[in-house]
Amino acid sequence: MSHEPLQILAPDGTLRGESPLEIAELRRLYQAMLSARVFDRKASAMQRQGRLATYSPFEGQEASQIGAAAALSPQDWVVGSYRDGAAMWMHGYTWRNLLLGRTGDERGGQTPEGVRVLPPSITVGGHMIHAVGLAWGERLLGSDGVALTLFGDGATSEGDFHEAMNFAAVFETATVFLCQNNGWAISMPTERQTRSETIAHKAIAYGMEGRRVDGNDLLATYQVTAAAVADARSGRGPTFIEALTFRVGPHTTADDPGRYRSEASVTEWRERDPLERVRLYLAAHDAWDEAWQHEIEEVQAQAIEDVVAEAEALAPFTAGEIFDAMYAAPTAQLREQRAEAERG
Amino acid sequence: MAELNIAQALNAALSSALEDEKVVLLGEDVGTTGGVFRVTDGLHQKYGPDRVIDTPVAESGIVGAAFGMAITGIRPIAEIQFMGFSYPAYDQIINHVARIRNRSRGRFTAPLVIRIPYGAGIGAAEHHSESAEAIYVQAPGVKVVVPATPYDAKGMLLAAIDDPDPVIFLEPIRLYRAIKQEVPDAPYRVPLGVAAHLRQGTDVSLVGYGSMMREVNAAADQLTAEGVSVDVIDLRSLVPFDAELVVDSAQRTGRVVVVQEAPRSAGFAAEVVAQIQEKALYSLNAPVERVTGYDIVVPLRRAEKHFVPSVGRVVAAARRTLEA
Repeated sequence: MSHEPLQILAPDGTLRGESPLEIAELRRLYQAMLSARVFDRKASAMQRQGRLATYSPFEGQEASQIGAAAALSPQDWVVGSYRDGAAMWMHGYTWRNLLLGRTGDERGGQTPEGVRVLPPSITVGGHMIHAVGLAWGERLLGSDGVALTLFGDGATSEGDFHEAMNFAAVFETATVFLCQNNGWAISMPTERQTRSETIAHKAIAYGMEGRRVDGNDLLATYQVTAAAVADARSGRGPTFIEALTFRVGPHTTADDPGRYRSEASVTEWRERDPLERVRLYLAAHDAWDEAWQHEIEEVQAQAIEDVVAEAEALAPFTAGEIFDAMYAAPTAQLREQRAEAERG
Repeated sequence: MAELNIAQALNAALSSALEDEKVVLLGEDVGTTGGVFRVTDGLHQKYGPDRVIDTPVAESGIVGAAFGMAITGIRPIAEIQFMGFSYPAYDQIINHVARIRNRSRGRFTAPLVIRIPYGAGIGAAEHHSESAEAIYVQAPGVKVVVPATPYDAKGMLLAAIDDPDPVIFLEPIRLYRAIKQEVPDAPYRVPLGVAAHLRQGTDVSLVGYGSMMREVNAAADQLTAEGVSVDVIDLRSLVPFDAELVVDSAQRTGRVVVVQEAPRSAGFAAEVVAQIQEKALYSLNAPVERVTGYDIVVPLRRAEKHFVPSVGRVVAAARRTLEA
């Protein structure tokens, strides 16, 4: 296994290999990354204004998430964590879903009909096995649907990571494991999570293909994920991908990363920004200008404002409505308790 | 009709359910070997290894994978070998299986069945004798049911497989082969959430479920022989809980004994007693009695008889209510 992560687009915007994407497609994905970044920053700002509950920013990880999700087809599944909003959105979960969830409303988890994205997993590590079951279920139903699961380096320490990897390999499910190794699990650096030389090495023990990729390189992430998805779809089983990236923001809006990591490390990673290198590449091909950039930023900022205003205008659940989605039909106990709650 | 024990009745239900191609079984040793209790005997051979699936030894993985399958529309039936091995899967059950309907406000559901043999009395090793049903009752979003007869075992398992919500299906190990009963060959359903009113009586109510029903019925026989008119209820389902039948019984007899094998504190019997005192207190002629396991680790083989409530303890409790 190669230790060197695949890189196609260098931080200075020059190609190190052949681009798997045409300029038009790259413009679409750049727009997606930029929209995600505007969303992410706006959500953090709104949290500080008290308009959202705790938020876990993904800034710095846009290429990993957009590049991976861009490799999927609509019949595929995305199973992510609380920091995977960009990938989820790319696959059809809406900004409204993400923001409504962050205002503290279960309707945020109501994925649109036809969209195959599970609401985010808040506990760490329990959701990867779901992507094994989803892909397995698809196969039992005669479909070639693939399930992509996203998680961080910290999640690979959980026991359920082992069970998910092992089941996927043993049953050859069409599952793609995308570990975004972003350097930190709240305050714990990756080297305190594992003594493996790389996280991708863990795949070897399961008899699975393990790939390393520059997670801040949209082209490389897309290419590696697309190959993994093609393998999975054609029955060649699961792949594990370690995308090397960095969370430039805090773990959540309640976290102070200054307590555990240096500002210099953040500066160093900002120089490897996932958006900037694509911008430079597009600009060099006369496919980027400031007017376009500003238009995307403004349209997206307004869209987010509109969604939050809509979410805030939505009446919270009544005391009775909190009982609605526990079972297909309420039990006698829930009918009784609902009446009690409604009396106040 | 055939005379079947509980293990055979469950096997018949599973075989019937597997006629639907969306149904799959998965668990440790459920395939080639037919399960450690032989409940899935022959199904692997009949329906093939893709539908009756031997898994690696990983309870969280079994339930987590079944959860994903259920979301796609497959109807998985997961087997956990013994209740004491279900705890690694508890995270998947309480954090995901029980919650996905609410988390997605109905957009996704996970209608799977998790079969768990439970209870003591077979002289097994440590961890093989647990009655931990209360922890599943404390996971809102799942149903928890416990058959005690071959007829109910088949009918309730088929109802659980049809159910739109996830069902924890508890199987009393001690009774697997202890009782035989006429069971219809054709599939049928016993609705979940409806207790069985086994005997009508006026002096005292005995309320139990699952593994304790043999002792409860024997106690009722003994009391009846002594001239006591006994009302007997098999709860069959803890979630949903048919409190109405129990409360009605308490109102008629004024004397109630609630029996469970599980440790006493905060066990399901405590919920039964609470419902009775909320809704039937003024009908009571005596304090409601609980006969339960103790708040200790289930003793191993040589002393486990001291733990499992005996017929004598149930009869003695009933007599106390009659003497009050």
